[in-house]
Amino acid sequence: MVDTALSSNATTSTRVRAKARPSGLRKFLQRKSTIAFFMALPLILLILTLVVYPAFYAIYLSTLRKSMTSVAWMRNCQWLPDAICGYIPFGNIQFLFTRETFWMVVWQSCLFAISAVIFKALIGFIVAHFVHNIPAKGQRKWRGMLLIPWVIPPAMSTLAWLWLFDPSYSAFNYALSAFNAGPIPWTGNANWARFSVILVNIWVGAPFFMIMYLAALKSVPDQLYEAAAIDGANWWQRIWYVTLPMMRNIIAITALFSTIVTFANFDIVRVLTAGGPLDKTHLFATWAFRIGIEGGDIPLGASVSLFMVPILAIAAIFILRDITKRGNEA
Amino acid sequence: MTAAVLDKGAPTRKTGYGSMSRDRAWALKWSYFFLTLFVIFFLLPPVYMFITSLKTSTEISAATNPWWVFHPTLENYTGLLTSPQYLTFFKNSLIVSTFVVTITMLISIPAAFALARMRFWGSATLATGVFLTYLVPDTLLFIPLFKMFAVFHEWTGIQLLNRWWVLLVVYPTLTVPFCTWIMIGYFASIPKELDEAAIIDGASWLQTLTRIFIPVALPGIIAATIFAFTVSWAQFLYPLAFTTSVDQLVLPVGIITTLIKGDVFNWGQIMTGALLGAAPPLIIYAFLMDYYIAGLTAGATKG
Repeated sequence: MVDTALSSNATTSTRVRAKARPSGLRKFLQRKSTIAFFMALPLILLILTLVVYPAFYAIYLSTLRKSMTSVAWMRNCQWLPDAICGYIPFGNIQFLFTRETFWMVVWQSCLFAISAVIFKALIGFIVAHFVHNIPAKGQRKWRGMLLIPWVIPPAMSTLAWLWLFDPSYSAFNYALSAFNAGPIPWTGNANWARFSVILVNIWVGAPFFMIMYLAALKSVPDQLYEAAAIDGANWWQRIWYVTLPMMRNIIAITALFSTIVTFANFDIVRVLTAGGPLDKTHLFATWAFRIGIEGGDIPLGASVSLFMVPILAIAAIFILRDITKRGNEA
Repeated sequence: MTAAVLDKGAPTRKTGYGSMSRDRAWALKWSYFFLTLFVIFFLLPPVYMFITSLKTSTEISAATNPWWVFHPTLENYTGLLTSPQYLTFFKNSLIVSTFVVTITMLISIPAAFALARMRFWGSATLATGVFLTYLVPDTLLFIPLFKMFAVFHEWTGIQLLNRWWVLLVVYPTLTVPFCTWIMIGYFASIPKELDEAAIIDGASWLQTLTRIFIPVALPGIIAATIFAFTVSWAQFLYPLAFTTSVDQLVLPVGIITTLIKGDVFNWGQIMTGALLGAAPPLIIYAFLMDYYIAGLTAGATKG
């Protein structure tokens, strides 16, 4: 998209340059590329100082000890410069690998991200179909109501869930007791707590999938369905052979986006369980916060959060490939 | 971009195939039935927030049906709206969000214009870089940023941590890449003849931007503004990590850290606070839903 927009401007610029030819510095300052650079400069500075630099700084921090000094690995290295002597770049990571909690966090983060994204995609797909089915006149109203979980700040809506799950006055358990079921220790038992955080994440994220899939559904030409109907395709075949292939790109890209955000989630787990019971529901982000900010061990916290990078990078590469592919088609 | 597609309307399939029309009538009924179930699921927490906000603490702790209000009262609302603490949080949130939206627009509109229409060395790389930045989550950066601000304080004596304005520094890292990205898309969709004509007529690039692009791309800019606002209003991690004093907190953190006192949960007030805190984005959404959805689908925002 971007590339095509950029490439066809060359003709304009030569025309402008041919019209007026000022000299020296003024000429440089009036060149289109210079003006463009200055217009983008605040953006460049922002990205460099507050995203790129911190990202590399995090790598540096993760190689330090809690006391913010390097970790000694050679006893007699005074002959080396201080910066190198006693430097163990992977000391924190080695330590993490010996911790049981770390592996629990790895497992919990993957379980959380994978199951939540699958259910969000499924619910989003189903709801989008139902909304698409009903007459256009009422769609706006339904769409509006269904998108509300996405609009409320997650920290606020998770508070409502926390109250619904409350151990002693749980509104859910009250409802369950009407069916002679429960009470369920929603956030007290490790497995139920896992279930709860995933459920809340699905609740928050499903509307996003719904709206993306709805947009994709609208762009499937009706003729395809008519042709399928004439060929005698049933409901399932229409979805499998017409809808899904047409929506494949959007499904993939939405799921990848959501994987990044879900994997890096913080708000929901922090508010609902704060990682408990017994650190069983920590994700990388909440555990890094617990260690780095609350525990004051910034290097170890930085190492924990850096473990998110490989998964985020893989998802980002796929998304980027998809985006450039779409850009070339357009 | 896709807003037009969204409003194209429901499929206008012909229903003259005999049994197919009956099938469709059934499909419609089932659609409404399941949509109702999903709406109940989606609206349950906000509705329960509202129910609880109307209760007194005695009613909350009484062993009665929690799904109904027997003695509705507004005391939670009046309590919060007259509490200076809560009003401080609200004010902080409002100031921070307003400033962040302004800063975001000032940075991202010119940048998007430059990236969409003017070529300079490395501009294509930068466009990709903006997109990648938008994929970098806040949870990756809060620890190095925390340390950076501490070091900054040691060097310059300027205290950023535990001041609300630290949020003005960090929120744009979340809003600017996204807003730039969706506006590159909007600007790129404007016909080139428009700005070429303006340039030939002797307009400068800045004039082209302010006189032509901003008015034409206004829907995109509104969508980006809404997003910048909702993102900065809802952000939870950065204020939790960077601010601690009660007078510096913004709403989400303020409600969670001050209304919960030890193990005592004053649920009536917490729910009221959360509901009032969720109100501004909800109100904006109620009025500008179409822009919101257009921005959502155009930028493929976070989910």
